[in-house]
Amino acid sequence: MSAKYETVIGLEVHAELRTKSKLFCSCSTKFGSEPNTQVCPICLGLPGTLPVLNKQAVEYAVEAGLALNCTIQKYSKFDRKNYFYPDLPKAFQNSQFDLPVALNGKVRIHVNGEDKELGITRIHLEEEAGKSVHSGDNILGSDYSSEDYNRGGIPLIEIVSEPDMRSPEEAYAYLVALKSILEYTEVSDCKMEEGSLRCDANVSLRPVGAEKFGTKVELKNLNSFRAVQKALEYEVQRQAQLLDAGETIIQETRHWDENTGKTHSMRSKEEAEDYRYFPEPDLGPLVIEQGWIDQIAARIPELPESKRRRFISEYGLPEYDADLISSSRKMAEFFEATVALFPDAKMVSNWLMGEFSRLLNVSGKELDQAAVTPELLAKLLQMLAKGTISGTVAKSVFEEVFATGKDPEAIVQEKGLAQISDTAELERIVQAIIAANPGSVTDFRNGKDKALGFLVGQVMKETKGRANPQLVNELLRKYLA
Amino acid sequence: MSLYQHTAHQLRDMLRRQETTAVEITESMLERIETIEPEVKAYLTTTPELARSMARVVDQRLKQGEALPDLAGIPMGLKDNMSTKGVRTTCSSKMLENYIPPFDSTVYQRLMQQMSPLLGKLNMDEFAMGTSTENSAFFTTANPRDLQRVPGGSSGGSAAAVAAGTAIFTLGSDTGGSIRQPAAFCGVVGLKPTYGLVSRYGVVAFASSMDQVGPLTKDVTDAALVLNAIAGSDPWDTTTAQRETLDYTAFLKPDVKGMRIGLPKEYFVEGVNPEIKDRINQTVQQLAAAGAEVVEISLPHTEYALAAYYIIAPAECSSNLARFDGVRYGYRSETAPDVVTMYKESRGEGFGAEVKRRILLGTYVLSADAYETYFVQAQKVRTLITTDFQEAFQKCDVIITPTTPTTAFQKGEKVHDPQALYLSDLLTTPANMAGLPAISVPCGFDQAGLPIGLQIMGPAFGEGQILRTAYMVEQLTETGGAAR
Repeated sequence: MSAKYETVIGLEVHAELRTKSKLFCSCSTKFGSEPNTQVCPICLGLPGTLPVLNKQAVEYAVEAGLALNCTIQKYSKFDRKNYFYPDLPKAFQNSQFDLPVALNGKVRIHVNGEDKELGITRIHLEEEAGKSVHSGDNILGSDYSSEDYNRGGIPLIEIVSEPDMRSPEEAYAYLVALKSILEYTEVSDCKMEEGSLRCDANVSLRPVGAEKFGTKVELKNLNSFRAVQKALEYEVQRQAQLLDAGETIIQETRHWDENTGKTHSMRSKEEAEDYRYFPEPDLGPLVIEQGWIDQIAARIPELPESKRRRFISEYGLPEYDADLISSSRKMAEFFEATVALFPDAKMVSNWLMGEFSRLLNVSGKELDQAAVTPELLAKLLQMLAKGTISGTVAKSVFEEVFATGKDPEAIVQEKGLAQISDTAELERIVQAIIAANPGSVTDFRNGKDKALGFLVGQVMKETKGRANPQLVNELLRKYLA
Repeated sequence: MSLYQHTAHQLRDMLRRQETTAVEITESMLERIETIEPEVKAYLTTTPELARSMARVVDQRLKQGEALPDLAGIPMGLKDNMSTKGVRTTCSSKMLENYIPPFDSTVYQRLMQQMSPLLGKLNMDEFAMGTSTENSAFFTTANPRDLQRVPGGSSGGSAAAVAAGTAIFTLGSDTGGSIRQPAAFCGVVGLKPTYGLVSRYGVVAFASSMDQVGPLTKDVTDAALVLNAIAGSDPWDTTTAQRETLDYTAFLKPDVKGMRIGLPKEYFVEGVNPEIKDRINQTVQQLAAAGAEVVEISLPHTEYALAAYYIIAPAECSSNLARFDGVRYGYRSETAPDVVTMYKESRGEGFGAEVKRRILLGTYVLSADAYETYFVQAQKVRTLITTDFQEAFQKCDVIITPTTPTTAFQKGEKVHDPQALYLSDLLTTPANMAGLPAISVPCGFDQAGLPIGLQIMGPAFGEGQILRTAYMVEQLTETGGAAR
């Protein structure tokens, strides 16, 4: 990107709250049920129905606000956002317009070794719309559309950031940090693939050194954090090219197309709808007393930023490790529980970021779905550290522990995987290998060091990886000398 | 005297003395409906089998010696904007002509707990917008006092049925006078409770911040009995107030000694028929003679009430009625080629002129350019009106005014003059704006023999004192208890 312009990005993140029931009725919020099986007169907006506010949703919104360092508003209210769409049964969405539940928060991010604090403008509570299912591939190519109102009325919070991000990379880091905090507090599942976390981005450019913001463009259809970053990168380039060519940016909403890697115009500012917001007469003001706020604050767990700092100072983890391990609450807790039993923190973090993460990826499991526990991992690492098993064996034993939850000591014992450090036994094997590979022996003696590696490999093969590699090396050199 | 001519409390006592049965009462009502309904046309839907089966249950229980609620076996009708499970609820609109709710409104549930047989659903101005019942998409109801005249509105069917003896009592809803004005026109008692006293759950919304359900009855005692049955907080309507339950009949004493009656000069202005003003003043003098103290008061912002009302009510209605889009239920234009056209055609064809007029007004006053100058200003007026009342009630216990500027007008007389129709709401809208209780009680007739309604307003949750005053008016003017 050209150095002429400064990028200005602000994000609007929608996070569905993890309540069991919807915002204004008792219907389930379960994902993936048969269409229109989680609906009632209230969330279908049948005439005469009225909303009853879900207390848990308010608590989650307050908790998110506190975790994001916002000021919780003791007096907020709901408004109606009026627009017609078949997935919106009341033809208005209950949201909070001018008096949201939380204001003025901040989030810390770490990009390229630099710390930065980003502002959060506001958090407000609102309800989800239903879902249109089009008969064709897209809305224009469809003969008809069906409506599924299961999602309609699920509570969500919209978190609006300040225009504080200066690169797509910072936007990505902000999303990772935000998701991590929402997961820590367990207010949202944050599953982008199920739509429980969504993001719109606002981006503009201004000449470096300018104070006034440029004309902003809103990006929609950003279905992953990477998509946010890629769409922003594309948009920054597009705007820079326009500005370079002396053209002006149009204030508009643009749609990100993942397949083409481009954005295209959806509607201009002039076409933007007038939502005719007004206070919701069916719900009184939302009054949140300090005592309630204090109760909610008391149950907020240690948050990722604090964990990250502590992992560095208390366990001496490198920043990279601390970042990665602390970004997931489950991983961080697994880490600390393991370190309590096996104090080599770096070794634990290596295994968590390495083998453990790899197996989670391959199996598609969540951390708490794996059979392995901190106790089992600690036992395994102890055997490895003591030299009871080799690194190779440790990896294969871990695979089994991961899948079955079996005690690694038992696995090693049953399969006879303990490392052979018995010199007499290894001497016998080494001599046999030397006898069986005269060519390599000659090569080695003629100065080809590579031949030694081959011979070590043969010994390891013969012992099925159980031989202590250092000892094998010593013995081979001794007999070949 | 036939059974249908009695009041609810008379019938209750007769049932308890075993002088009649619930089935006999219901049959008498159904017969009355058959005789006179072709002329009055108060009902959109009748539910004779529902009524009969409830009456049979009541008789069975009475036979077993059970003590039953006051309204057990007393047949009633509901305005057709109150949801009744399995019984169509049309709001007198083509939009909901075939809509059958899958759930009950709280008020209907409470009347079912009273074991009050449902005779049917009553005609109204479409979506409760109007003052003559001429805005019904189906037909106009006649005023039983003079069949050429309108019964008032929007709860015209509810008032006409009580006056015609085709229901012992009914429920109506009142957003700007829709219970009190038809009660005045038909010569019955109509009570609009304090906002938040009666649940709105299941009542199709017009203007949510002002809608309130209340009884239309033959006398004040019945109004208190029905209010006993329907009042009280409801977990399904969080705008209902948490308060201790009262027995409103306990307030009904023929005694107004020391009661301070406020007469606001702003309600006795030009435009209010002098005959009506005179009749109200005479009644107030009678109350004074009975020991009440009459106080001149002022509600200085009254002149802005109607204008502010016709901003706030349409604004809320434009949002409340947006859900009628043809997608899930209700009228749908089948010829539209796409969704947006379907919206336009369904709403264009499904709503009547007055409803469309108010949706347009409301959409406009909420639009970005008009919001501050109209909607916000109107809310300020609303606050001023509320403050007016609060100050007035420092000086008096109740406020007495005429209910309407005129008595019942001819059918068709004002149908093309919406502004003249809006003026019918002049004296009733302030109570809705301030959320206060108000009752209309008959206090005599004009020269044409048409009933005149006297309005009594009270402070929030002051139903007791307005009922008591109304009860005294009834005693002094001998207007109560009759189906004439």
